[in-house]
Amino acid sequence: MNIPQTPLMLVLAILVAPFFGALLAGIDRRITARSQGRMGPPILQPIYDTIKLLRKEPILLNWMQIVYAYLHLLFMVMAFLLLVFGKDSLMFLFVFAFSTLSLVLGGMCVRSPYSRIGSQREIMLMVAYEPILILIMIGLYMVNNHSFQLSAPLTAAKPMLISLPLLFVAFLVVLAIKLQKSPFDIATSHHAHQEIVKGITIEYSGPHLAILEIAHFYETALLFFFIVLFWASPIWIGILLASASFFLMTVVDNAFARLTSMWIFKFMWTGALLLAVTNVLLLYWVSK
Amino acid sequence: MTAVPKFNKSPWVVHFNCNSCNGCDIEFLACLTPLYDLERFGILHVGNPKHADVLVVTGSVNHRNARVLKNVYDQMPEPKVVVAMGVCASTGGIFADGYNVLGGIDKVVPVDIFVPGCPARPEAMIDGILKGAQVLQAKHSGQTPLAVKNVLTRTPTPVAAPATQEKGAPHA
Repeated sequence: MNIPQTPLMLVLAILVAPFFGALLAGIDRRITARSQGRMGPPILQPIYDTIKLLRKEPILLNWMQIVYAYLHLLFMVMAFLLLVFGKDSLMFLFVFAFSTLSLVLGGMCVRSPYSRIGSQREIMLMVAYEPILILIMIGLYMVNNHSFQLSAPLTAAKPMLISLPLLFVAFLVVLAIKLQKSPFDIATSHHAHQEIVKGITIEYSGPHLAILEIAHFYETALLFFFIVLFWASPIWIGILLASASFFLMTVVDNAFARLTSMWIFKFMWTGALLLAVTNVLLLYWVSK
Repeated sequence: MTAVPKFNKSPWVVHFNCNSCNGCDIEFLACLTPLYDLERFGILHVGNPKHADVLVVTGSVNHRNARVLKNVYDQMPEPKVVVAMGVCASTGGIFADGYNVLGGIDKVVPVDIFVPGCPARPEAMIDGILKGAQVLQAKHSGQTPLAVKNVLTRTPTPVAAPATQEKGAPHA
């Protein structure tokens, strides 16, 4: 199976992805509420929130802040398209990292100490998860006949999950970090009333905050699609796998307390990295 | 489904304790519990005025915190709504005669909704915030004029010039 690369598909992917991400966020909020014995907001609540934010008065502290917010969105959309259309996986990683970097720079270019702390924590998280993403791409390269193309898993006979089980587990941890889920939501959090945890987005308001929200919806869609790659044929198993992973993230989010940035760093560079390296070494040993 | 902007569906609330006895604050926090669950209306309790649409104020305003309240109000992007929670925020309540009390918060910021009660009941608070959300919608669609960029209606007057410079005194 290959996704046709027509302009129509391009427009469709750009338009559908944020709605998909918003829907996932809405389901997440509903499940969280139910697990706490609450009713919870409507499923479409993130969409209402974003529309409202877009209609609010724009307040900006300086121009660079806004430029970085838009760069964050732009690079996120680019990374999403690189993934969906099966382009080079290393290019995808760079663009994805640059998107997060724009967010960090946006948080750094204002004078608020909360925003700066949030940015520093985001950098810490990047340092923690980037090696694992690179190892996943190396694993992808090894199982797909030495190809860095992201379209390779779609046509592979054997699902990637069978060769990369440990890397998949490591990726689930990265997923929790990227979705701002609870043991790892130190840079910014979905849960309200966390002044220092709101961190990186604290100086954004109105439509500029909406830009960050939309970028996060793209990010969610991107991560969902990436999990599907682990079991791309037949694709419904991949979709089930991704849905189960997202459900797991919600459960983990509700079950864990927030931990310190140093703990996350140590955990990622020992536990998660060990899993990833073991998997790559095993692959290397098998291929010998 | 209409294409009307859904201001009344997602009012984000910032809560400011303005010299309150904490009675109303505890009742307001009770609104977030599973029993009342504010979030089912899309109401989110945010800690940052820059993200908020509704300013919920508890307690009366005095010389000291008038400027702080004004500052929080000014940081919120338009359209915005102020809900005075409880009798103290509405009129000054039992503290109205206090030597340092200016009165209700409408002395400092324009108030859209007054919620009575001492302390106000969580049901009344939810009603107040949802009414505020309707005002938010009306303000956005232009049915209700936005509040004029107001100045302090009553300038906080220093009681007496202190003999020695107080540590950490707010600058003008």
